[in-house]
Amino acid sequence: MLSRAADNLFWMARYVERAESLARILHAASRMAAIPNIGSSPANEWHSALAAAARADAYFELHEAVTAEQVFQFLAFSEANPASIRNCLRAARTNARAMRTALTIETWEAINGAWLDFDHLWGGAVPLSELNRFIAWVKEVSLRVDGSAYRSMLRHEAYWFSRLGVYIERAETTARILDVKYHVLLPEHEPVGGGLDYFQWSAILRAVSALTAYHWVYRDSIKPWLVADLLILREEMPRSLASCYANISMYLDELASDHGRQGESQRAARRLLAQLRNSDMKEIFQGGLHEFLTDFIAANNRTANAVTEQYLV
Amino acid sequence: MESGNFDEMLSAADGCRSPYRVLAEWLEAAPAELIEQRRREAELLFRRIGITFAVYGEESAEERIIPFDIVPRVLDREEWDRLSRGLKQRVAAINSFLRDIYGAQEILRAEIIPSDLIFANPAFRPEMMGRRTPGDIFVPIAGVDVVRVDPDTFYVLEDNVRTPSGVSYMLENREVMMLLFPDLFSRHKVAPVETYPEELLATLQSIAPRTAPTEPTIALLTPGPFNSAYYEHSFLADKLGIDLVEGRDLLVRDNICYMRTTEGLQRVDVIYRRVDDDFLDPLTFRPESVLGVPGLMSAFESGNLTVANAVGTGIADDKAIYSYMPQIVKFYLGEEPILSNVPTWRCREPDALAYVLDHLDELVVKEVHGSGGYGMLVGPASDAATRQSFADKLRADPDNFIAQPTLALSTCPTWTSAGLAPRHVDLRPFVLSGADRTRIVPGGLTRVALREGSLVVNSSQGGGTKDTWVLDD
Repeated sequence: MLSRAADNLFWMARYVERAESLARILHAASRMAAIPNIGSSPANEWHSALAAAARADAYFELHEAVTAEQVFQFLAFSEANPASIRNCLRAARTNARAMRTALTIETWEAINGAWLDFDHLWGGAVPLSELNRFIAWVKEVSLRVDGSAYRSMLRHEAYWFSRLGVYIERAETTARILDVKYHVLLPEHEPVGGGLDYFQWSAILRAVSALTAYHWVYRDSIKPWLVADLLILREEMPRSLASCYANISMYLDELASDHGRQGESQRAARRLLAQLRNSDMKEIFQGGLHEFLTDFIAANNRTANAVTEQYLV
Repeated sequence: MESGNFDEMLSAADGCRSPYRVLAEWLEAAPAELIEQRRREAELLFRRIGITFAVYGEESAEERIIPFDIVPRVLDREEWDRLSRGLKQRVAAINSFLRDIYGAQEILRAEIIPSDLIFANPAFRPEMMGRRTPGDIFVPIAGVDVVRVDPDTFYVLEDNVRTPSGVSYMLENREVMMLLFPDLFSRHKVAPVETYPEELLATLQSIAPRTAPTEPTIALLTPGPFNSAYYEHSFLADKLGIDLVEGRDLLVRDNICYMRTTEGLQRVDVIYRRVDDDFLDPLTFRPESVLGVPGLMSAFESGNLTVANAVGTGIADDKAIYSYMPQIVKFYLGEEPILSNVPTWRCREPDALAYVLDHLDELVVKEVHGSGGYGMLVGPASDAATRQSFADKLRADPDNFIAQPTLALSTCPTWTSAGLAPRHVDLRPFVLSGADRTRIVPGGLTRVALREGSLVVNSSQGGGTKDTWVLDD
């Protein structure tokens, strides 16, 4: 297929996934900020949200202080923020429209409908009290796009490239959410326990829809290294780094066998997957969780660049 | 019905012309509510399919659908056969003319056409001098506009041999009609049009360069989603099973054209381009164009790439050249033209200009290089002030205009808010010329001027479309 078409599909999927990630980050921040007496000011939580979205620098170019309202506006609706949820959905739709015929009608309608509804539903000033309703709507859009693609698209290049977009974006988000909170996941904090950390950990799990999964997997109270283990190494956890890379590797292998040719992107993904499969949390903590996550984000970017180089230009 | 107008259904001694007999009975018997309901269904179908077009200069209307009229326009086989013979003859002459103009230029030496009309014409492409095309086909795809004035006479209005559009409407109109009126189709033998994509593909394959493999790679080059005909481009690419490419998807290396695919560079043999000459290759034409492909012309010149339609075909459908078409047919084919040419005053000739200025209220005046119904004056429908300002334009730049009598375009019954009423129609059949043979699917795009009395059928000016039926006995 045309490189440009594949590129459109890859980015369409990435932007939808990014919109959902932003919604989850906002959700976690609003929960944390709502909990009294956790030792940190609510502004810290909104600052963490900006950091997890990698938008802190951009935010401070426009704002001096961190307030809940302004962070919500900035991450959800701002025209000035190219990575706001609104702009992500617009970019997803633009990419979809450019390759309309590579999509099924269902997927096109899910994306096009979301964009057409956006200004109608969220066009005015949306107060902070509407945050939960807005987040639910964004998640629903993402589910609809994902579900329609899963149900209706031919298992062929078009589908594989869109899945690659989803998982590369998702891996990055999970790593960033973890990295913003890495200090509360460090084992030395373990004896501290207490209310604060408990809420921090559960907020992280909630941000990636993993709170219930945690209890199923570990049947244990929430412990920081287990939270990290679940989100980094557990392949059965759909937002973990290992699961993302199992999928990335699988879809790249589908492409390679279809084209009869392996390349740098396959090697990069396989390396990273093998590294994740051969690690344990002890080792990761010894080397430094923050260092590990920083390296991972860089490696994930290399995979994305390799996909671009190999297929999309 | 307007007096003196030929109505394709009603103008007969007994009140109904024979191709329309069954349809007229059906329309007579069908209650108005039923027809109105089907009309609404048709509109819904078109919206869902997503057939839209863009009107330049209208911001609100980025995506609009062309109004569709559910009363078909009907021709019988005999009428069609004569028309299609005329079309083949005309397009054959145009292909010979182009080979000659960019080759030996015998028609200029024979002094049939004044040479300044060629050399001073912006549609003439000196870059094409001495260039041959596979099978000597310059115009594989023509969308010739014809109008009818009586049972026996078709006039060619425009030859449209650059990048004619509208064929997607021909195909989708038929789809929608078959969905909505299966009962009507069971009572008629309507010749199918849905083979058009296959015929187009066969035509494009037949003109692949000699260097191409037996199954050449063909791509459709579009200016992109913001072009008014983008829907048609993606529709055709889909139906032909070929890639829809933009300029940035292509590159030329060592005079070979490639497209960038996920499996690396893939060689392209034939480009069905829907991008104008000016924007095709920034190295040859407009340097600022980002729609085209640098080096595309060198790939063509080296014989590695067919560009369809060829560059420079615009010289043949220029309105000033148009007036010479009867002589062109005779010169190259030695035959009398089957289809009539509308008598044309070339305003560049002083006598003609004087006549045109005296008769502005009777004539249709058009820009020589215009299209789409923009910038034209329909004399009988204009007021004195409009004519006055148009006369000034004419005097300032007479070379830029031609004038033609206002033709009594035929009418066809059309569903309006007040029930059935006659509206003026034209017809755009699509003529496919391959190196092997010429193909025309029976039918075409009928455009209808929806405003009462209006003669302008262009979609950009409030025109609609109809399905066109050719009936086999």
